[in-house]
Amino acid sequence: MIRTVGSYVLLLRDAFRRPDKGSVFRKQLMFEFQSLGIESLGIVLFISAFTGGIAALQTAYNIDSPLIPLTMVGFVTRQSIILEFSPTIISLILVGKVGSRITSEIGTMKVTEQIDALKIMGVNPVNYLILPKITAAMIMNPILIIFSVVISLMGGYLACELSGLVTLADYMAGLRYEFDPFTVTYAIIKTVVFAFLITSVSGFYGYNTEGGALDVGNSSTKAVVNTSILIILFDLILTQLMLV
Amino acid sequence: MIEIRHISKSFKEHQVLKDVSATFENGQTNLIIGQSGSGKTVLMKCLVGLYQADEGQVIYDNRVFSEMPELEKMTIRKEVGMLFQGGALFDSKTVEENIMFPLSMFTKQSFEEKRERVNFCLKRVNLENSNKLLPSELSGGMTKRVAIARAISVNPKYLFCDEPNSGLDPRTAGIIDNLISEITQEYKMTTVINTHDMNSVLEIGEKVIFIHEGKLWWTGDKNQVLRADNEELNNFVFASELTRRLKK
Repeated sequence: MIRTVGSYVLLLRDAFRRPDKGSVFRKQLMFEFQSLGIESLGIVLFISAFTGGIAALQTAYNIDSPLIPLTMVGFVTRQSIILEFSPTIISLILVGKVGSRITSEIGTMKVTEQIDALKIMGVNPVNYLILPKITAAMIMNPILIIFSVVISLMGGYLACELSGLVTLADYMAGLRYEFDPFTVTYAIIKTVVFAFLITSVSGFYGYNTEGGALDVGNSSTKAVVNTSILIILFDLILTQLMLV
Repeated sequence: MIEIRHISKSFKEHQVLKDVSATFENGQTNLIIGQSGSGKTVLMKCLVGLYQADEGQVIYDNRVFSEMPELEKMTIRKEVGMLFQGGALFDSKTVEENIMFPLSMFTKQSFEEKRERVNFCLKRVNLENSNKLLPSELSGGMTKRVAIARAISVNPKYLFCDEPNSGLDPRTAGIIDNLISEITQEYKMTTVINTHDMNSVLEIGEKVIFIHEGKLWWTGDKNQVLRADNEELNNFVFASELTRRLKK
């Protein structure tokens, strides 16, 4: 365990060195914006729309008392989406999509000697392969999460409208009720931390893959499991630090 | 010239290299031969710095490579080209992008200059007009030739080839051997080839070192290898029916 953490820290040290060539780094960064960010937009929006709808319907279903106003549906949906569903659940989805892809890509490069080829050329492979991914995810994931929040809230509205449980006016009033902009800041900070964890931990497991195709699969599984655990752990820590 | 002095390397309890010393001459094809598991790949990885030897020194033209800090090693690595057993081409990049990659990383050439160099290297390995192909679209021989083109694109002083003929038919293997030999003489490089292919030894072995059980057992050239008075070397060289007939 201590050895693994030590190796991870050393890998990060290599990753955060100055890139060998700025123009190559920028090109890689643009590629990763596309690969890690834009290509994840579809799944993020799809899941967000349904998550928002489900959150709204479940809240409405649980409001039995006539003393609780129906505006609470919009309020609870907004709070749960901004505070937890979008930053955490979407990040967990991205662990499966982006994290496993990073581990497989770098792991395959390792077992087919492509990383050795980079080393022989005098390229710092950790910096060349992992830093653009970390940077791209830390920039793109908050944007994805903002889209996710918007689409989730729209999904909540649609679910309320189609089911006839809550009127548009009640839902909108709930969305605006006691809105604290800091919750958005909190969500973005969480997302940035999770993006760092997803890319760096996945990169670490990919880079340390030894063997063949089976080992690439094993590394990918380890990366997804451990990143998911770390995300939940850091969710608790950040919530304690920022909200409590 | 590359010199190795008293190189030893172990993995846990298993000692793979035992006090190996040798020199690899400039402008020559230097072959490391030995049966599978003899330690020749580990020796090559120690030579290029992918493994750190437990003891001993690796010296590139009077520069002690093995004792340099990692950042300083990068300067020597920029003078090194390597052909890996499987080619190790970047599979997300086209042939042109693969060959252009070291040029983009380490030179300030314009795109047109880089493309000119890529075309020159591709012509040198007889693969003109393959620029837009992906590694998945190449045959084994083409992959090796693209890997050679990538290795020579930055005019390296040292070329390392790890089993360049593995997985190739004898004719293609001969073409690759001759190509490496021609390039070595043309660019006056120090070339080190790791092989267990006797055809390569007899074809291009200007200097041959034989590794057995992690030790250096014999040094000579292609003309001496068939007449050497070394039992272990003879067991290796005359292991096949073809070489036994040749001896007769």
